Parts: sequence; structure tokens; C-alpha cells
Amino acid sequence: MSLVMEGDQLSMSRRILDAFRLDPTLMLLLFILASFGLLVLFSAGGSNMDLMIRQLTRLGLATFLLVVVANISLRVLKKLSLGFYLGGLLLLVAVIAFGEIGKGAQRWLDLGFIRFQPSEFMKLAMPMMVASYLSDKVLPVGWKDLLVSAVLVLVPVLLIARQPDLGTSLLVGSAGFFVLFLAGVRWKIFMILGLLVSLMAPLLWKFALHDYQRGRILTMLNPENDPLGSGYHIIQSKIAIGSGGIYGKGWLNGTQSQLDFLPERSTDFIFAVFGEEFGFFGAVLLVFLYLLIIYRGLYIAAVSKDTYGRLLAGALSLTFFVYLFVNTGMVSGLLPVVGVPLPLVSYGGTSMVTLMVGFGMIMAIGSSKRFLR
Amino acid sequence: MAYREHLKDNFSETRLIQRRLILSAVIVLILMFIVLGRLYVLQVVEHEHFSTLSNSNRVSLKALPPTRGLIYDRNGVVLADNLPAYRLEIIREQVSDIDDTIKHLSEYVEISDYAIKKYRQSSRRRRPYESVPLLLNLTDEELARLAVNLHKFEGVEINARLTRNYPLGKHAVHALGYVGRIDVKDLNQLDEADYAGTSYIGKLGLEKFYEDDLHGDVGFQRVEVNASGRTLRVLDESPPVSGHNLYLTIDSKLQQLAEDLFKDNRGSVVALDPNNGEVLALVSMPSFDPNLFVNGISFKNYSELRDSWKRPLFNRALTGQYPPGSTTKPFFGLAGLEYSVVGHKHTTYCGGYYLLPNEERKYRDWKKTGHGKTDLNKAITQSCDVYFYDLAYSLGIDRMSEFMKQFGFGSRTGIDSTGEQPGLMPSREWKRRARGMPWFPGETLITGIGQGALLVTPLQLASGTGALALKGTRFKPHLVKKIEYPGGIDDLNIKPEISGVYEVKKEINWQHVVKGMKNVVHGIRGTAHRIAKNLSYTIAGKTGTAQVFGIAQDEEYEEENVSKKLRDHALFMAFAPVENPLIAVAVIVENGGHGSSVAAPIARKIMDAYLLSNDLLAEKTEQEKKL
Repeated sequence: MSLVMEGDQLSMSRRILDAFRLDPTLMLLLFILASFGLLVLFSAGGSNMDLMIRQLTRLGLATFLLVVVANISLRVLKKLSLGFYLGGLLLLVAVIAFGEIGKGAQRWLDLGFIRFQPSEFMKLAMPMMVASYLSDKVLPVGWKDLLVSAVLVLVPVLLIARQPDLGTSLLVGSAGFFVLFLAGVRWKIFMILGLLVSLMAPLLWKFALHDYQRGRILTMLNPENDPLGSGYHIIQSKIAIGSGGIYGKGWLNGTQSQLDFLPERSTDFIFAVFGEEFGFFGAVLLVFLYLLIIYRGLYIAAVSKDTYGRLLAGALSLTFFVYLFVNTGMVSGLLPVVGVPLPLVSYGGTSMVTLMVGFGMIMAIGSSKRFLR
Repeated sequence: MAYREHLKDNFSETRLIQRRLILSAVIVLILMFIVLGRLYVLQVVEHEHFSTLSNSNRVSLKALPPTRGLIYDRNGVVLADNLPAYRLEIIREQVSDIDDTIKHLSEYVEISDYAIKKYRQSSRRRRPYESVPLLLNLTDEELARLAVNLHKFEGVEINARLTRNYPLGKHAVHALGYVGRIDVKDLNQLDEADYAGTSYIGKLGLEKFYEDDLHGDVGFQRVEVNASGRTLRVLDESPPVSGHNLYLTIDSKLQQLAEDLFKDNRGSVVALDPNNGEVLALVSMPSFDPNLFVNGISFKNYSELRDSWKRPLFNRALTGQYPPGSTTKPFFGLAGLEYSVVGHKHTTYCGGYYLLPNEERKYRDWKKTGHGKTDLNKAITQSCDVYFYDLAYSLGIDRMSEFMKQFGFGSRTGIDSTGEQPGLMPSREWKRRARGMPWFPGETLITGIGQGALLVTPLQLASGTGALALKGTRFKPHLVKKIEYPGGIDDLNIKPEISGVYEVKKEINWQHVVKGMKNVVHGIRGTAHRIAKNLSYTIAGKTGTAQVFGIAQDEEYEEENVSKKLRDHALFMAFAPVENPLIAVAVIVENGGHGSSVAAPIARKIMDAYLLSNDLLAEKTEQEKKL
């Protein structure tokens, strides 16, 4: 089992990693993925070195935070949960009151020295809170706990959706949902919820979604309706991926991306650049790499001896998967356009920091079984 | 159950979470397989489709407009060429608000509503990212002003393109025609692919008739473009093929001379070589500068030309239909002899008017006192009307019409230009069909002196004169002598084409008529005797005066009392030299009064210029000596 590096041979690097309480397998996989990401970003950004340096700086900062978080003990982490959650909630309300508007949505909070997106913070605070709450309860989850958890999840999700930021509210919501799922909410309840949602779907369509959100869903279903308007992203993205073929056009040779036909190509649509230049073969490899990372996270969750750790690590790993699935699904035209980046590859600082801190928590959980039993 | 709910069971909780984790792992795998399946469909199954789409994104066809063929006169003088001109062009895709941009541009240059209208028309048929001209011919000053401020306008360019130019200006415009901007009407007729990148098309005359030759073949460049339409590199190209060059039969010196001879008069001259139908000069006066039309004429200039009572836009040589007057007399004279209605010695007494049996109406001779006893020679030389009233009465309209048609009257000559009119050779049948009325004998009489319904174009008259000079062989008039192909293909020499032959029954008949025509110029009492002075060759001709203004029975036409616009048209038709015809000329001076005083001198000077300065006479005699 390559996923598990256990045994007696304690190499030098292993010893260093252990000293920093890092998971060597996960570190290696993340390193490969980040390298891959930089390679694609170099191409997608039009060989722009400034862009690369900024991304590398962020990666450095994010890795530093990962190491710091990996060294926080699980008990401290659990104690911080409630504070983080309430703080995050407060910031979300602050955004509504004083937030800045960018790209038509109110997401940012300007603290003077740093511009900050509280919803991003909630991606971590949410699973921490729900895991912390449920880990003290008897599992599987009963009705009362389910209700409390549902409120814990829905309040920030609705606040974020109101900004409006469908992508983030989806990620925050699923982080909370995964904790509930892992904590063993009964199938019967899922079925009732599922039925309820499908009954309410027409109402949600009419009242809960913004016009542009409805538009995006319609566009996904039929992008050719408006090839130069809202369908343009999806059409060009599909052309990029499809024209890549089995082996791709080669690094830096993607015409869709290099000639500017593909919009948002260094951020949300970077997977299309990858697909165009490295083909189906490259895409399979990349997906495989992502799956290894997700499975390593799930493994760490499974072998953790602490319920809080199990729930948190599992939920964080599965949220990472949601990033991957929503992004690749969107870029390939399976899902509507939702602003979700390709994790650790897309250009942009906030999500990278959040993700790496999340992996820091997973590693903290992983090391706790050895050091903090 | 209640017990379990209150006690944490670590073992079963671990089992529960692990089961859910494994379940998640399975769902993750399934969902990612769906994504991979989607990618498989896009990248493997539908790869061809997307590859094509990707290429059509990236590769763009750029039209390379061909250079329009040049036009030379018969001696190689340039009549139409192409000059570089600076154009203001717009790439629509790069302009966010077109109205706003045009508004701001007009702060620097004047942009007429016409230019905007034309821009919108051509905009509609452009390819994506193709630049479309807004202004075609920038002056140096406009160019300077725009160039300095161009950085303020995204998607606006100044490009140097070739533009049609007519170096002789208003000379020969009615022979050449002109090109103008392609409009909606043209678009419906042409193959748009052939005209990609071209802004001009032949609108009139030769430029229109020979459009296919002159235009050339459009070339294409396959270029790689980025999303904003910028050309990154040329992938391959097929170069354009220039249009064919035309060498005309027109002699530009003769043409200019003929035009200058008109001074302020209105009218037309057609001079041609009767031996092959080559048109040497095709004049319609007044003329205008065709360069005005190339870049889209301003409304003010256009309305000035259109509304002028002198009608400069009207091509009198091909489109003007005039009563031929007495210039028809030699033809009817020949008809009389050929149909044996009269002999050449037959005489008619002319007492100043002619009466039809049982009719009161007097058919006047132009000479009030009459010509007395008149035979054919005298009737032609002195243009006796009464002789021809009588002859027409004997011939009858049917035979007159049948005869004249064989000399090309009443139908188009088929010249290689546009707008030609057929004239009108009236007949019994025509009147019944067109007017729904029977033919009256009086109409036969006035047809006999070239009046009434009979109408000819100057070109028809020249062509008919040429046919008379050649004893009935009529060549189709043409303006192009040679087509020059680019790239080493042999030139195409246009072969003379015979459009009709009238076989003279007795050559002596023809000689009698020509003798009369010769006497018109060379005879002491000939109506055009004044042009015989210092003449070194022989001319056979006939003057004509065509009534514009109807005069009542007992009134007299007094030139002084009739306003200039209602004066008679002066006509003259002639060929020379008589023994060996080299040139046939028809002259019409509108409201010029008498053919003898105004029209004949013009013909003489044209013949002088053609026959003497070119030494054609000497050459021809040399050739004959050798034979």
C-alpha cells in the first residue's frame, strides 16, 4: 500500500517531516500537484513571470501556514471551533453591512491592511464547528442534533448565498453536510430531505436564485443558444478540451488558450488549458493525482482515533473533492458555471491558503494518533 | 434503544464513520468516472468536431483584393489607373459604440450622412474582424489630423488602398464610364466572395461592361488570429490576380479635340473606322469628372450634375435619341434607286411645298421659294425636301422601314458599353402596336425628311454612315481593341464583327448617292460647301436640321425669335476619303441651328486630325501602290 508509509525504515526526510508533524505521502502528492499547477499556469498565463512569482509567493505562504496548523494539537483545534465559527458569522454579517462590492457581488471586507473574504474563512470554520458539536453527541445523529446542526450549516450558507456567491456557499454548505453525513445521519432522513428539496426546487428556482444564476443553469443546458454571450465561456472551454484529443496539443501550444479564445483561463477555466495541452491522457493522470490526495485524506480520517478528527478530516477531504468535481464538471459542460477554482492549480491566493490550511488540519489529525493519543 | 442513545459507543461510532468514509470514497470514484467519461466523449469521441471548431476559431481567411485592370487608349495613353489613397477604416468588433465613435471622429474630419450610410451597408456583409471603410479618400490635412488622434480610437485604422483614378478627368467619361462604391443593388448581383475586400465596382460604360475582365481574381490569405482578431502570422496565401488591361479603340487626342470643338455647346460626336467598327471618338457634351464618383459623390455635387438643364450625366452618344432630319436623305435616295421607284435622272418639281392628293395641308420645303426642277444629285446636294416627300410617297413607309433597318436604324448596334438605346424606325405595324392607330400618309412624307417618329442615336447614325461608305457592309461598333492578360498569356485582339450586310443591287445606284453626298461638301451649291476650303482629301456628307419646335402651318421659323432651348438641332454625317473610306463621323449639336454652320466644321476638324496627323492617307496610298 503506497498510501501508507509505515515501517521501520526511517529515512532522513521522513524524520524531518515527522519533526514538523507532516504526513509525508500527502506532502509528496501536494508537491507534485502544485508543480503540475505551476506548469499549467505558466502556459495559461501566457508565460508571464510576474504571475508565476505571485503564485509562488502565495504557495510559500500557504505551505508555511500548513506547517503551522499541522503543529496545532487536535484538542486546541477543537476548542477553537466555536470561536472561529462565531467570529466567521460575525464577519459575514459585517460584509453585508460594510463590505466592498466587486464583480457585482459583495464579498470582501477591507480591514485596511488586508482585503479579506470572510466566506473563505467559513469553509474551515464550518466543518470544525459541526464536527466539534457532533463529536460530543451520541452517533448516529438524532433528530435534535440534526436540527441544531442544520441551523449551524444553513445560517452561514444563506448569508454567503445572499452576497451572492453560489460557489462558496455550495462549498461551505457541503463541508457542513459532509460532517453530518459522516456522523451517520440516517438514510431515511436523507430521503425525506431529498424529497423535500426536489419538491421545493421549482420554488427555489423562482425565488432563491438570482437572474444570472438561473441564466447560468440555462446556459449549461444549451450553451449554443447564446454563443457570444453567456454561452461563450462554455463553448470555448469545450472546444479547448475537445480539440486537445488524446495526447493534447503540447505544453504552450494550446491555440484556444494561447490565442485568448478561452476566457478566465488562468483562474476558473485552467482545467480547459490543461485538457487542451495535455489531452485525455493528461487529464486522467491529473484526476488520478487528485483522487490519491482525496483518498489519503479519507484514509487519515479513517485511521484517526478521535471522532472530531475523523469527522473533520473526512469532511475537509470531501470538500476538496467538491472543488475538483464542480470545477471539472463546469469546465467540461456537465454542471452550470459556478465560481469554483481548480484546487491548488487555479491562479488566486485565497482559496490556496484555505486549502493548504485545511490540509494542515488533516495532517494535525493524522499526527495526533501518533503523538497525542 | 434508549440506553444506546445515551451512551457513547466508541467502537460502533468508529465502524459507522468508517462505513460512511468508504461509501464516500466509492461515490467520489463514481462521480470522477462520470467526469472522465465526459472528457472521453469530448476528447476522443468528438475530437474531430472540436478540432474543426478550434481551427475555425484560430484560422481566418483574409481577402486580398485584386488590382483593377488599367484602361489605355489605342496609342497607350492611360485613361484609367489606380492610385494609393488613404482610407479611414473601422473594425466593428473592436469598437464598443459605433455611433459614439463616428461622432467623435467627426470632430476631426467631416463625415457625411452618405458616408455613414455606405459604411453601414458595407458593414453588413463584412467578415468578422474585417475592416470596413468609412472615408475613402483622405486629404493630407485630414490624414494629419486623424493620425495624431488615432490612439484615442480603438478599432479605427488608416490604411492605404488603391483607388480608381481617371487622369484625363472629364475627357472621355462617356466612353469609359466610371466605378463607384458597391451598393445594395450591386450586392444582389455579384458573387460576394469575388468582391471580398473590394470597395469599387463598374457602374457605367466600359467599366461596367468589362467588369469581369477588369476586376481580376480575389486572393486569399489564411492567417492565424487571436480572439481579438489580430493577425499573428500568415499560414499560407493564394495571391490575387490583377484584372485584365483594356486597350481601347478610342484615340484620346481625337476624343479631346472633338470635345474641345464643342466649346459651350451640347451635343455628341461619334467617329468610327467603317472598315472594322472601331470607335475612334465617342463624345457627349457637356461631360463631368468621373473621379467625383469613385469615392462616393457628395449629395451637393450630385444634385448639381443631375439637375443641370445641360444634363452632363446623360450619355448622348448612346442614349440620346434624335430626329435625324436630312441626314437620312442619302439612305432614302439609295432606297429609291434600289427599289427602282426612281431613276437617277428622275426629276421632281419643287415649288417650296408639297401637297398630298386630296389634302389641304402643305408640306413645306426648307427653301420657301423652292428648288425648281430637282434630280437626285441636286436633292441631296441642296437637301431638297419636296423631292424626298415625293420619293417617300412613292416608296411607302414599309419599304422605307425595311431598307433603313438594314443599315442598323431602329435597333441597338450592340456596342460594348451600357445604356445604348435602339432609336426608332417607325412602320405601319409599329404604329398599330405602340400607338394603337393607323398609319397616315402624311407621316410617310415627314419620315422621308427624317422627322416625325423616326429617332436615331449618334452612334447609329455614325454606324449607318459607315455602312453606306462600305456599300452596305456594317461592322459592329466597339470600344475595346485589345485585352491584355497579366502573366504572360497572349493578348486577346478583338476581331471586327460584321453585324449586317446590305447587298447593293447595282453599284451605280450607290455611286449616284455618294456623288450627291460628295457634292454636299465639294459642290459649289452644296449645303456644307464651307468646309471644303483647303481640303486635301474628299468628303462625302450630308447636313441635317432637326426640328425641336413645331411650327404652325402658316408661320415661319425665325431663329432669332425662338429661345435657344427650342432651336433646331444641327446634324452632320460624313465619311472620308470618298474613294477609300477610313473614317465615318456623325455630329449632333443640340439647338445648334443649321447643320452646315455648326456641325459640319466639327466633323471636318476631326477628319483632318485623324487623316492628316496620323498620315493615314499616305499609308493607305502606299499600301495600295504595293498591291
